Amino acid sequence: MKRFLTAALALVAGATAHAQALTEFPRATNGKPDLSGVWQAVNTAHWNIEPHVSGYPALLELGAQFAVPPGNGVVEGGTIPYLPEARAERDKRFENRVNDDPEGKCYMGGVPRSTYMPYPLQILQSERDVVIYYQFATAFRRIFVDGKEEAPLDSWMGWSNGRWDGNSFVVEVTGLNGLTWLDRAGNYASGNARITERYTPLGPNHLQYEATIDDSTVFSRPWTIRMPLYRIVDEGFRILEFKCEPYAEEKIYGHLRKPGSAPPAGAPSQ
Amino acid sequence: MKHGTYFIVAGLAAAIAPLCAQAQKHPRTAWGDPDLTGAYSEFTTAPLERDAKYANKEVLTDAEYEEFAKTRLETRFSDDETEPGTQADVHYSMGQFQLSENEGVHSLNLRTSIVTQPKDGRIPPLTAAAAARRDARAAERRGKEFDGPEMRSLTERCIIWSSTQPPILPRGYNSNLQIFQSPGYVIVQGEMGDPRVIPTDGRKLPDNLLPQWNGTSVGRWDGETFVIETAGFHPDSAWRNASENMRVTERIRRLDDDTLEYAFTVADPDTWAEPWGGVYPLTKLDGLLYEYACTEGNYGMANILSGARVAEKEAAAKQ
Repeated sequence: MKRFLTAALALVAGATAHAQALTEFPRATNGKPDLSGVWQAVNTAHWNIEPHVSGYPALLELGAQFAVPPGNGVVEGGTIPYLPEARAERDKRFENRVNDDPEGKCYMGGVPRSTYMPYPLQILQSERDVVIYYQFATAFRRIFVDGKEEAPLDSWMGWSNGRWDGNSFVVEVTGLNGLTWLDRAGNYASGNARITERYTPLGPNHLQYEATIDDSTVFSRPWTIRMPLYRIVDEGFRILEFKCEPYAEEKIYGHLRKPGSAPPAGAPSQ
Repeated sequence: MKHGTYFIVAGLAAAIAPLCAQAQKHPRTAWGDPDLTGAYSEFTTAPLERDAKYANKEVLTDAEYEEFAKTRLETRFSDDETEPGTQADVHYSMGQFQLSENEGVHSLNLRTSIVTQPKDGRIPPLTAAAAARRDARAAERRGKEFDGPEMRSLTERCIIWSSTQPPILPRGYNSNLQIFQSPGYVIVQGEMGDPRVIPTDGRKLPDNLLPQWNGTSVGRWDGETFVIETAGFHPDSAWRNASENMRVTERIRRLDDDTLEYAFTVADPDTWAEPWGGVYPLTKLDGLLYEYACTEGNYGMANILSGARVAEKEAAAKQ
């Protein structure tokens, strides 16, 4: 009977959630903020985390719909404190972005870039684990809550340990492989980076996201990006698959194609 | 390249354990659902289909099992025992990198096959329509298998894996999965593939499903058992030549601290005249699963295509 009641209540709660907007940020049974939900950044940080005016598309024939929209930036203080040679490296990456940006190859975005790519992410929270599923490249992170696990090896999404600091969920990320970028403008950190993320409820449907990047091999001091994430409240919303591999194949392997054979016509595969 | 070691977990006869009378002693999540979380191996000693010699014999005796498992695990990967200097020998040692299936953690399984429905333990034959689809697909590729990446298999292209997509079947290497739970969700993630974020609130599959490589899944708790219904597959997913109308039912429950039971049924009248299914144990792994970056490290695709180009040049030079 108790089970039935619980199920019935859950159904009612589910139905209510669709019908009414939340009035306060949800709490988990242990009293911590419940970060569970589908979230997305609404800004142009995926183009460039620094303040930027609009710009030409990377390939001119793509036209205005692929032009770079302007943005106020998400870097605290406006400018990334690069060491001089690292700034030159950033500029080089920008020049070579069509070929070298890992996003174009359907590679996982890493941290923090995956958070503000123009795709939804889903946080699922329990007392033991917080996991994040990112639509792009179906990237996935497991965050150990109060764990003492250390990165056993480098990886694309890094190794994450989380803890609660009041209402903030603080995640220390290490073990990043340094192959990811921070945006489409060539900004980057190295594999030595230590990222401290903070997820803090701002309002019922808003989460403040903050990431401090500490990497003395690339920057003169630690620096911070900050932006809200917005809860996706569309009724019945589910993250659909975005298997981007097929769309990157010609870019990565086209030069190995049999001469004279035709690449896929560009028809959508789904 | 030879190796004869294999590991068997003494979880025992898990697949034929009776309904557990001590269900309530199984662990629960903080919010009261049965706790299935953990990392598990999909490998099991039972083959997918039953050898004809066992006919309707569903379960082996202990003595029969010993001989069966020994023979199966020692001979199944004879591919690794290659003649030095031959083309077949030019392959990295699966044993050296612990990628051979027989180096994984295997559940001991007295069943003669994973398939339990139909009763003979054999997958029903393809319908004429499914065979025609299969032949058409093969004809489309014939002679062009190495032309470009789109001609290679979905697994080589890092799109789907049989050890990950529903229904999950152990195969090849890295046949492991992990399960997470949060209130309202169960997340099933194959080691090589995509996390399936499955709602548990009893919602129905919508009618207007968009095609997805791994289908769309909804779940519910049936007592101790987590039941997953999946439909809406991409037509090119073609699991065992299935159509996009395939429906998969999976049932996962805990048998003991180290073992889950995974049961599945597939139904697709466009492909098989009758539904079929099976059952096998998932064995807890002592450890974690790490990130599997398939596309990011897909040197295999580049090597396959560049090898084909070299072979074509050599063939042209001989003429």
